[in-house]
Amino acid sequence: MTDLSMPQSQSQTRTQSAAGKIALRWLLYVLLGLFALYYLMPLFVMVTTSLKSLEEIRTGSLISLPREVSFDAWKTAWSGACTGIQCEGLRPYFWNSVLIAVPAVAISTLLGALNGYVVAQWRFKGANIIFSLMLFGCFIPFQVVLLPMARLLGMMGIAGTIPGLIFVHVIYGLGFTTLFFRNYYVTIPAELTKAARVDGAGFLRIFWSIFLPLSLPIVVVTVIWQFTQIWNDFLFGVSFSQAGTQPVTVALNNIVNSTTGVKEYNVDMAAAIIAGLPTLLVYVVAGKYFIRGLTAGSVKG
Amino acid sequence: MSEWLENHLPKVVLAPSFIAVLIFVYGFIGWTAWVSLTRSKLLPKYEIKGFIQYERLFDSPRWDTAINNLYIFGALFIVIAMVLGLLLAILLDQKIRAEGAIRTIYLYPMALSMIVTGTAWKWILNPGLGIESMVQGWGFPNFEFDWLVNPDYAIYTIVMAAIWQSSGFVMALFLAGLRSVDGEIIKAAQVDGIPTWRIYTAIIIPSMAPIFLSAFIVLAHLAIKSFDLVIALTGGGPGYATDLPATYMYAMAFSRGDIGQAASSAMIMMLVVFAIVVPYLYSELRAKND
Amino acid sequence: MNRFAFATVSTLAVAAASSVVAEPQAEVLHWWTSGGEAKSVAVLQEEFASNGGTWTDMPVAGGGGDAAMTALRARVLAGNAPTAVQLKGPAIQEWYEEGVLADISSVADAEGWAEVLPASIADHMKCEGTWCAAPVNVHRVDWIWANADVLAANGIEMPTTWDEFNAAADKLQAAGVIPLAHGGQAWQDATVFETVVLGIGGPEFFQKALVDLDPEALTSDTMVQVFDQMRTLRGYVDENFSGRDWNLATAMVMNGEAAFQIMGDWAKGEFLAAGKKPGEDFLCASTPGDGYLYNVDSFAMFDVDGDDKKAGQDLLAKLIVAPNFQKVFNLNKGSIPARTDVALDDFDICANLSAEDMGATSDAGSLLPSYAHGMALRGSQSGAITDVVTAHFNSDMSSADAVQQLADAVANSY
Repeated sequence: MTDLSMPQSQSQTRTQSAAGKIALRWLLYVLLGLFALYYLMPLFVMVTTSLKSLEEIRTGSLISLPREVSFDAWKTAWSGACTGIQCEGLRPYFWNSVLIAVPAVAISTLLGALNGYVVAQWRFKGANIIFSLMLFGCFIPFQVVLLPMARLLGMMGIAGTIPGLIFVHVIYGLGFTTLFFRNYYVTIPAELTKAARVDGAGFLRIFWSIFLPLSLPIVVVTVIWQFTQIWNDFLFGVSFSQAGTQPVTVALNNIVNSTTGVKEYNVDMAAAIIAGLPTLLVYVVAGKYFIRGLTAGSVKG
Repeated sequence: MSEWLENHLPKVVLAPSFIAVLIFVYGFIGWTAWVSLTRSKLLPKYEIKGFIQYERLFDSPRWDTAINNLYIFGALFIVIAMVLGLLLAILLDQKIRAEGAIRTIYLYPMALSMIVTGTAWKWILNPGLGIESMVQGWGFPNFEFDWLVNPDYAIYTIVMAAIWQSSGFVMALFLAGLRSVDGEIIKAAQVDGIPTWRIYTAIIIPSMAPIFLSAFIVLAHLAIKSFDLVIALTGGGPGYATDLPATYMYAMAFSRGDIGQAASSAMIMMLVVFAIVVPYLYSELRAKND
Repeated sequence: MNRFAFATVSTLAVAAASSVVAEPQAEVLHWWTSGGEAKSVAVLQEEFASNGGTWTDMPVAGGGGDAAMTALRARVLAGNAPTAVQLKGPAIQEWYEEGVLADISSVADAEGWAEVLPASIADHMKCEGTWCAAPVNVHRVDWIWANADVLAANGIEMPTTWDEFNAAADKLQAAGVIPLAHGGQAWQDATVFETVVLGIGGPEFFQKALVDLDPEALTSDTMVQVFDQMRTLRGYVDENFSGRDWNLATAMVMNGEAAFQIMGDWAKGEFLAAGKKPGEDFLCASTPGDGYLYNVDSFAMFDVDGDDKKAGQDLLAKLIVAPNFQKVFNLNKGSIPARTDVALDDFDICANLSAEDMGATSDAGSLLPSYAHGMALRGSQSGAITDVVTAHFNSDMSSADAVQQLADAVANSY
């Protein structure tokens, strides 16, 4: 997979003068560095602000290094900021988000895998239309579905509950998970399935013992995508929760978005980074597998 | 019986998801269409009153702004994010030292919620607080960068922040694509003495056509749903210069108690999406089946 | 009641089963989440608990209650309405018309609310003759805040007419001070606009234009003058005002960068939090002209099943309007009590001025609801007006065009 760049750049070297090559390399690094600055700028502002005192934010420039580093804001955001009459910070809400995100990611990934397997390998008449219809479902704006969804959740008796939120996230994640797995499985030769069928393996057997073991890379991609979407969701979280089931984004919003209260920007920024830590962590740790997973197949569609 | 099951198992497996999508996507679109024909205010009502909501919508100057912004924003965002993503992927694919770190830097914005990164962007782009005052402080008093507060340019700052958020993801898609191109073909081309840039434009990029589909779907989906971004960065302002259909619809449905109006705007928005996305999906899926 | 809610209160259900009287229960949806606000609500929760009730907190901040209203709609449609909801202005009556509000007249009559609330504020709490909401506080919207040192250094008095304000602003501008600190967000533009309407048109005109939506008033010459003054004010605002949060504008007044800010009395909280003293470091006065624009926060009770919840609603309503909570809450929040019989000795001079003016304007009939803060009009109507106001303020639209657009937008909003 990654066998392209090395021989290529080595052979390039031979054709170019050494000085020109070094200049080009420098230019390349400068360019990459400039882009890195662009991407890091907001994070820089957030981190420095979170380390300043409120007094310094009020009087000083917003974009500057803190004169005195203080981690008080981080402590407050985690366990002391008021998100309502409780002033326990983000901590109590973190667990809700985990309870929502983990099952929702697992279920939608499994369903996506099965759907992708069917659409890619067991084509029947209309399968492509069904796939297109599911894909178009990715584009429905979530604001549209809030009210009818609330009604249905109420009728199903899961309004305001964690299972209700899991249900919603699974439904609206299906389009993307199916897309990812379908594009991955489509690259696996149909002969494989045919041969297995000749040997007497059934639909589920083939999925279980042939396709699933091959799927690790695309599972990583799907899990990262779904986890990011679900963990960062605010709209569903605020609409379909009630006291006790609110996810961390709602708590973050409560800390950050007060209208007539005194604003504590350092706490806001610290809270935002804390709320984003699980996804950041997933990106840093799984980032390598992410690219590998994408490389391994989803792109060959 | 079990043979029937075995033969129909694929359909049986797909059925629950398909039914769910039928109800929760298409059923809800139908519901929205119905409500758009009523005079629903605070809560939905089901008594049909004709096309009054659409007349109101087309009479609203704010809606004109919102739909125009969607075209500007959508086109610029999708095109620039794709080009930038591709460019970064090509740059990163040159045996870069510390590639992992740089890649993570490009990718991380996708992980953070816009609820607060919007505030950081707001400060950076604000002429009095951010880049403009910083560069002026370096001794360039004539430097100007006031897009955020200029009604004619504010929409472009939304584009900037949106690209910041998603271009890293597109880069990841393309990087993966570059790495999965068949190395043999490239070696053969190099042996033939074809210049590097030609190898990219003639061989590598065309072979990544499927990635453009994935990238397009991801980006188009983000463009249409861009909502947090606008709320956090400009709140739709100056005035309502950066309103988008999603924010218009939300304002109507939830802050103004005008659900009929919100439903009609949602229908128009979905028509626009339909008109753009469906032909693209059709041609892509079609081409692949041949 | 759905299963989850049941589970969360199961401990209580057990307790309730052992006693004869239902224990008061309340799930309260509100958007007071930041430090000072949250502490103020916590006072209510403590009182509620000490009277044997159990308070379940359901805070949703954002957009001046927009996010909370989104959650509320979803909850009502799901048949799972919260017990008590922070609601205000005509939205109370709108929800009543949907048939989802509970009647709390028994509490109101027993507690004699009619005697202690100003008539115009009491009217907001009634739905077709019955009481359906309990007021918490009165924010005054038409305040102008000033940096005392900056005014003294430039020899300026607090302006009492808009002409005086303009003269003062010209002088400040010449001296290199930003005359008006302002945040360019639609609701802030609307806040300034309504104080100008009140100042230039007077209370009667305000009533006609922004409460009754009289087309003649909306297209009158007075309204043209109002937009002219808005254009003038635009010249007194610095270039970078767009999207600025109101508290950053307050900070500009605090540190002397700007002289004035027009904002409701929650701005006082920012000054006090920074250790500034009213009357010494910063000055407060009503905006030029007569009248008083109020923004009253209140709680409405939703129709719920279960004696424990109904008991909770009655207890909550009683406590909210009781003098103790009214005093403690408003000391924290910067506003003044809605009931007029609370001693204001512990309040600062700005709050005392507010209370004094509220009494006087209530007698004179110029105690008016704030349109910018959702007290005067239904959401779709006030929203339509705000669209025009903010579009005019942020472009070079002429006053005549603005007036025309205003009339069109209002007509299109029904």
